[in-house]
Amino acid sequence: MPVKQKLRIAAFATAVIAFAFAATGGSALAQKKYDTGATDTEIKIGNIMPYSGPASAYGVIGKTEEAYFRMINAEGGINGRKINFITYDDGYSPPKAVEQTRKLVESDEVLLVFNPLGTPSNSAIQKYMNSKKVPQLFVATGATKWDDPKDFPWTMGWQPSYQSEARIYAKYLLKEKPDGKVAVLYQNDDFGKDYLKGLMDGLGAKSSMIVAEESYETNEPTIDNHIVKLKSTGADVFISITTPKFAAQAIKKVAEIDWKPLQIVSNVSASVGGVIKPAGFENSQGVLSATYAKDGADRQWDNDPGMKKVFAFIEKYYPDANKLDGNVVYGYGAAQTMVKVLEMCGDNLTRENVMKQAASLKNFVPDTLLPGVAINTSATDFAPVKQLQMMRFKGEKWDLFGDIISGELSN
Amino acid sequence: MTAIQEVVTAAPVVEAVPKKAMTLGFGTSLAMLALLIIVPLFVKNFIIFQLTMLLIYGLAVLALNILTGGSGQFSLGQSAFYAVGAYTSAILMEHANINYALTLPIAGIICFAFGFLFGQPALRLSGVYLALATFALATAMPQLLKLGFFEPWTGGVQGLVVTKPDAPFGLPIGQDMWLYYFTLVVTIAIYIFSVNLLRSRSGRAFMAIRDNEIAASAMGIDVALYKTLAFGVSAGITGVAGGLGAIAVQFVAPDSYTITLAISLFLGMVVGGVGWLPGSIVGSAFIIFVPNIAEGISKGLSGAVFGVLLFLIIFLVPHGARQVALVSQHLIGKLRKN
Amino acid sequence: MELLINQVLAGIATGAIYACMALAVVMIYQAIDQLNFAQGEMAMFSTFISWQLMQWGFPYWWAFLITLAFSFAAGIAIERLLFKPLAKAPILTNVAGFIALFAIINSVAGLIWDFTIKQYPTPFGSRPFLGSQLISTHQAGMIGVTVLLLIGLYFFFQFTRIGLAMRAAASLPESARLVGINTSWMIALGWGMAAAIGSIAGMMIAPVVFLEPNMMGGVLIYGFAAAVLGGLTSPLGAVVGGFLVGIFENLVGTYIPGVGNELKLPIALALIITVLVVKPAGLFGRHIVKRV
Repeated sequence: MPVKQKLRIAAFATAVIAFAFAATGGSALAQKKYDTGATDTEIKIGNIMPYSGPASAYGVIGKTEEAYFRMINAEGGINGRKINFITYDDGYSPPKAVEQTRKLVESDEVLLVFNPLGTPSNSAIQKYMNSKKVPQLFVATGATKWDDPKDFPWTMGWQPSYQSEARIYAKYLLKEKPDGKVAVLYQNDDFGKDYLKGLMDGLGAKSSMIVAEESYETNEPTIDNHIVKLKSTGADVFISITTPKFAAQAIKKVAEIDWKPLQIVSNVSASVGGVIKPAGFENSQGVLSATYAKDGADRQWDNDPGMKKVFAFIEKYYPDANKLDGNVVYGYGAAQTMVKVLEMCGDNLTRENVMKQAASLKNFVPDTLLPGVAINTSATDFAPVKQLQMMRFKGEKWDLFGDIISGELSN
Repeated sequence: MTAIQEVVTAAPVVEAVPKKAMTLGFGTSLAMLALLIIVPLFVKNFIIFQLTMLLIYGLAVLALNILTGGSGQFSLGQSAFYAVGAYTSAILMEHANINYALTLPIAGIICFAFGFLFGQPALRLSGVYLALATFALATAMPQLLKLGFFEPWTGGVQGLVVTKPDAPFGLPIGQDMWLYYFTLVVTIAIYIFSVNLLRSRSGRAFMAIRDNEIAASAMGIDVALYKTLAFGVSAGITGVAGGLGAIAVQFVAPDSYTITLAISLFLGMVVGGVGWLPGSIVGSAFIIFVPNIAEGISKGLSGAVFGVLLFLIIFLVPHGARQVALVSQHLIGKLRKN
Repeated sequence: MELLINQVLAGIATGAIYACMALAVVMIYQAIDQLNFAQGEMAMFSTFISWQLMQWGFPYWWAFLITLAFSFAAGIAIERLLFKPLAKAPILTNVAGFIALFAIINSVAGLIWDFTIKQYPTPFGSRPFLGSQLISTHQAGMIGVTVLLLIGLYFFFQFTRIGLAMRAAASLPESARLVGINTSWMIALGWGMAAAIGSIAGMMIAPVVFLEPNMMGGVLIYGFAAAVLGGLTSPLGAVVGGFLVGIFENLVGTYIPGVGNELKLPIALALIITVLVVKPAGLFGRHIVKRV
């Protein structure tokens, strides 16, 4: 190993050891402590997003976050430091994700990687990030496995996990439609399968309510024939574990073939602008879903102070954004959480402190979350947003109903 | 629609490349080798990782060069063999605790058999039809890998995490550097094997089939045997590359081996020069670095920039890097005379 | 039995999508003897243009016609500017060109119109067709348009001078030139027509699958499969192939237990390859004789 590399590792090890002593000794806030990627004037944040390839629709999240950090910098930065947001395209391909992440950590030398998107990409880099002790923070996927502080102390999710959302639907069905016959359409990937597991677990002994399960691939042009098949099973509940394009196709086809089940659509595809409007408002009456955030296309939030801030941000810093795109609201919320954590770090910008502060969020409410939903984390709880509220589509907007439910997984 | 038979004297899909032009001169080879050995000693771990991937994709493009450039069979399905090799290595390492180095020949043999078997139905197909068949194989592979039936071994959609090996005998080299040199040795071995293969009787048989299948058959070449052999060898090498890829990236998942990979390998072959084995590494560099360059130029239009760069390359050098090498050889020859 | 009929009908409905695309594929194959990987993206781009025109207030049929003309011109322009210089290059290099074109069009579309799905209107309405809930009036209209296109192409190739000239230029370029046919412009014409047919396919498909830059990816694979199955030299084969692929895929998904659903596309493709092994030129293709 070249001498330079050895020295760097030694310096890093010393920093970590020194910090450990300092932390046990007392308050670390008074001294300035930095890890690679943080200085007196700058904090380097890394990110990987699919800007190209099959998942390029989510690239908007990266663009939103970049604009948000630009806004923070324009307003003075965090504790006087500017954010340097470095984001790379991984094309939703795990090998590329590994390459770009290594570039961020080893070449760009970022302090942490924020909101990397996609379960395959994150699965690919999880071991690396944890072995390098670099925070893999607020991972942008709902896969349930990011809440595992014991085995992966450097990885933390952000949004409610798919399984917890599915369990909420299962609970609802057990209560409201205990005799229902359930048909499920799910995307044949980690997203769909994770949901399905949550549904099965949630129904427990009554998982026999599921009379049909159809999976589909993302390279199918249309899922219309799956809907036809599901209708023929005589089911009266239809659970649509689908991404936006297919969710819209499903809603439209269900209406077209005159099937009137109780339709539940996953939160991923609950966007008024991205799914419901194209599918047709008249076709979507009575559709159920759950959410944790406000929808930018939903008129009921037009005068909400939090959303007004979001709209002002879009107008000034990201005017090309499609306001109706749920991804924009998502990116804003995640970025706001990141900024809060960095603020809480004060002058102690070591990676360990970043994780510590991220695991100490108490009732933090970004502008975009539903009233009543708050972010809470602890050393044993790496799931920032856990709460969801169910909603029913009526007229041209979602009507929230019921309590704010915490989708706790009792493992 | 009509009963008239259509008579075709069209050019073969793959143009003929003279045997002499298929490899580098001795001096240039030595220089390349020296570079490949020395450079990693002076760069960061991340660059070493990229260089390892360069060699791995270079192997895959080399395999495609043998198949398409050598025997004239147009394949868009190499990603399937790459995936099988990768998963073989991963499963053997993670479930059976087999040493990583041993998994490579096993992956190679399994993929050879797989390719040989696929070559059978492919015998009756050529040109655009063969392309479609291999394309079908490549599209089917991720779906096969996701099948619930195989899940206990493959990990299903979640994939498998692979442990990276340490340098043996406690040598004070980092994991990345050790893996690089290991890959380099494997690559050189396979390269020498491939060059000799193409220079041998089998190689001549391949090229005869490529240039004119009917004439080759008329001259007594067992076309069926050699075509399937070409598929097998190509698949085997791609499988070894896949295994190395699994170890380097430390992760295998169905999403890693989509049709995009097959198309990238194809582009790598074209850019490097079809049938020109040394061009494989140029093609591989294209696959790895040009998308990064495109992204650097414009994040929103990275695909468009990539397309434009690709167009520029194929306009300027339609025959790929081989053309560049030939032109420089000419120039050097002229300079020498003066 | 009812399930079987339903699935067949649903298969015909989806098959219409593939048939439409397959026609464009056959068209381009007639012109250049190669499959253009960017055909789907060109169709998608054309559909976006028509959508944009409608956003700007143009009524449907005006937008349709303008888009048709634009696509025809764009197809010729792309051929003249990008692929004529590659005419002497190896075929594989041309294929690389198609891939580059795909990347460019997809990326530009994503930048201009972003990736959220858009509703696309249909001139045929979306009510059940003849009371059947499985085929809507739009899908019936799509089948009708496809059949019309097919008839139109048949007349073009069999009974017009230009059609004959194109066929001549494609099968025997040297002889065609000897007779005075400008083979180079025949290729350009082929591109233009393929682009125009593709745009019609896109505008028919978008109401069903929703408009977004990645909408044609899956459709193109099926379009290729259908065209190859039917015979790359036969427009009729392309249409029949499209319906067959749609029906077969549905039946596989319904009746093969366990893996049928997950392996629909691979099994459909395997079927096509099997057909090719038996009938190398496809179901309706002309028998090709290769000379040394």
